[in-house]
Amino acid sequence: MSDAPNSEKAVAVVPTSLSVTDATQVLARLQARFPDAKISLVQNPGPAAEHSLLLDSTFAREIAFFLRDDPELQLDYCSNVSGVDWPDKEIVETKKISVPDPAGGPDKIVEEKTKRFEPGYLEAVYHLFSMAKKHGPVVIRLRTGNRSDQVTLPSLTPVWRSCDFQEREIFDLYGIKFEGHPDLRRLLMWPEFKDHPMRKDYVAPDDFEWEPTPHDQVLARAKARIAANDAASGANVQPEAKS
Amino acid sequence: MSENSSTPAPAPFPAAGNISDAEREELRRHGILLTSLEELYNWGRSNSIWPLQFGLACCAIEMIAAATARFDIARFGAEIFRPSPRQADLMIVSGTVTKKMAPQVVRLWNQMPEPKYCIAMGACAISGGPFKQGYNVLKGIDRFIPVDIYIPGCPPRPEALLNGLIQLQEKIRAERIAGANAAKHLRADAPSEFPVPEYGEHDIVPSCNPAVWNPPANPRADKLKS
Repeated sequence: MSDAPNSEKAVAVVPTSLSVTDATQVLARLQARFPDAKISLVQNPGPAAEHSLLLDSTFAREIAFFLRDDPELQLDYCSNVSGVDWPDKEIVETKKISVPDPAGGPDKIVEEKTKRFEPGYLEAVYHLFSMAKKHGPVVIRLRTGNRSDQVTLPSLTPVWRSCDFQEREIFDLYGIKFEGHPDLRRLLMWPEFKDHPMRKDYVAPDDFEWEPTPHDQVLARAKARIAANDAASGANVQPEAKS
Repeated sequence: MSENSSTPAPAPFPAAGNISDAEREELRRHGILLTSLEELYNWGRSNSIWPLQFGLACCAIEMIAAATARFDIARFGAEIFRPSPRQADLMIVSGTVTKKMAPQVVRLWNQMPEPKYCIAMGACAISGGPFKQGYNVLKGIDRFIPVDIYIPGCPPRPEALLNGLIQLQEKIRAERIAGANAAKHLRADAPSEFPVPEYGEHDIVPSCNPAVWNPPANPRADKLKS
């Protein structure tokens, strides 16, 4: 063993073949099977490198059935469905442009800033495993058109039974409407409730009393309420005497 | 005894409260047991507090542990957890009260007959605890029903629950059965039922019962103004 270190090194650098559940492999499989569907790879830059597939919502149900029934993949178990809220955001892009100096010196580098508005959307993320093949996860994403009126996605509960409660919870907390869900009701909050508490722009009802250490939003609200009380009383009266 | 005969007006029939413990002990050694109806009534009630059998969160596990042989809540006569509010004397609110659960808890309280007592067990039942800044947790059950004993802890140990129970027993023993300071359940003007909150579009309506609970004054109001 010790007499041939070079040959061992050469063996070690040979890349192992990607597993069948690798996102790029699944993507190639899906593109061959569904040439009309728009499927894209969403890279995960973190060390986990768990890349996911963004599916076309018109084909999502067919693709899901394929992922479940394909003999190579057999992704028969949906372990987790998550909702994600991506709010509207303004992106400032900085470009460095080199401008030639008219005096004949070296080129000046000027920063040019452009603002770009990116509309928000909601996402449902499904983590799929195979009990039969003992592999996974394959992560697929579905994206809504926007955050207000185009919030319908196809339900994958007909494909994986375990999505039932999780899609209901996403419907409850994020407001994504899953078309084709057998029983789409709120799961945690009461039926009369109108808000979607896990959205980034949700404001919880202000029913706080005084707290010894208010902070963050509670502190901001406490200040606003004290200012409002002062304005209502019309006098600069302190509620409690200073000690 | 000669001193007693020199008192100007004849004393009324002595209630048990009017003689000292030493005198009572002296009489007891002669085989005479003196007591009052009030004392007997409270002694009986305080030693057979039947709690309502319901738990809301992890505090309920400690409540169950208090009922087991190791801690043995039966030593204090409170081991008979009743599955019906009609048969219960004590409601141990053991755990997080979500806003979705709050109307049901208040309804259970309304269904309990007087005399009834309430223990708020754990940080969540007292104030919402670690979930206070969430959107879905009631910030203390005392916003809707009157609480007799607060047991802090997250969750409180079974010993803490037993201590709370002992304090409740002391409270019951100190209650009067007549007069202006009579116990709550003997006064017609004291409410026994409390309005059940309804589910609103953003919160439960109302978010608290002002007849029971009002936010405390803020001693740091001047410091928050900047």
